[in-house]
Amino acid sequence: MDKPVNNRAWLLVAPVFLIVAFSAILPIMTVVNYSVQDTFGNNQFFWNGLGWFQELLDPSTELGGRFLDALWRNLLFSAIILAIEVPLGILVALSMPREGWKVAATLVIMALPLLIPWNVVGTIWQVFARGDIGLAGWAINALGIDYNYTGDPLAAWITIVVMDVWHWTSLVALLCYAGLKSIPDAYYQAARIDGASRWAIFTTIQLPKMKRVLLIAVLLRFMDSFMIYTEPFVLTGGGPGNATTFLSIDLVKIALGQFDLGKAAAMSLVYNLIVLALCWVFYTVMTHAGTERRQEENPA
Amino acid sequence: MENASSPFMERLAENTAWMAWTWPTAAFFATIAALLAVFTVLALWRPERARVGVLGIPTTRGDRLFITLLGSAFINLAWLALVGPNLGWALALCLVYALAVFRLV
Repeated sequence: MDKPVNNRAWLLVAPVFLIVAFSAILPIMTVVNYSVQDTFGNNQFFWNGLGWFQELLDPSTELGGRFLDALWRNLLFSAIILAIEVPLGILVALSMPREGWKVAATLVIMALPLLIPWNVVGTIWQVFARGDIGLAGWAINALGIDYNYTGDPLAAWITIVVMDVWHWTSLVALLCYAGLKSIPDAYYQAARIDGASRWAIFTTIQLPKMKRVLLIAVLLRFMDSFMIYTEPFVLTGGGPGNATTFLSIDLVKIALGQFDLGKAAAMSLVYNLIVLALCWVFYTVMTHAGTERRQEENPA
Repeated sequence: MENASSPFMERLAENTAWMAWTWPTAAFFATIAALLAVFTVLALWRPERARVGVLGIPTTRGDRLFITLLGSAFINLAWLALVGPNLGWALALCLVYALAVFRLV
């Protein structure tokens, strides 16, 4: 706000821009080109105008219905995992040790799920949750609960949600832990002198200090879960039926399964626009929260 | 001249056939590229200070262009879903929206 923005620094971004041009801009231009045409392969394209977009936005058509269903499913999934992972992550961060050898041990254990590739996570849970040879699936069935994630949509949802919570809660916890570590001891001493309760310390000291890292955690987890593909693809393949077909899975089914490149292109563009808009909102809120805090700290 | 450049152009056409270019999409991207070029030149020629508008966030001309383009995409999609495939009035609405963004945001 104090200095005029110097845009000359953008010249230094030129090399990256070149790489991105080939890896992202040219492909996305191609997707835009496909979205207004139809093809039967062999590089032969037929003009279709806005037809695919019209179909996509009309819930009474097959494509529109599919898109809307997958979108709701995806939003529901993101809402569920955020509602679980964020409070759980805070709770885990609060109970993590602050000093001694236990810190290193906890950090390593917490980081383990984050180091496992997505497809391996999917495979682990696919075997783990099986009723015949999987430890979890067998144990649940042995308790007398009928559990079969390949046949029952609810079981499939629970398995995917639990898998995601297992995979990503540590990320939220580690971010919160970093936020907690930045609180000086003096704050806690002052609270102790005032006789503040555990809850009061949490709501007036710890939570406000974790606000920024929590925003980052929510942003990362929301975007990741909104674009989730590999884990549910490996675990359920979008089934049973279409119960766990999220947007990206449906997109691949349309583009590569049915080879409807035009439909898939239109759908991916709208999907991309939603992601872009949400990213912008989150980014703006995050950077804005940052400037607010700086102004609080240095009012001059 | 024609003979010298045509084998190259032929090979280029052959190797970019998968991109399925059409005139309307080319015009669309040319417009966006031109807008970006104009705003880049403008930013270099007349550096500016970010200002705070109705959204309560500091924005530069580039930010306002981004908000305009993203919003216009949603205006067109909404028009397509609610009114119909004739987007003439939607584009007019986008221009009004662009004016509002550049004046107020």
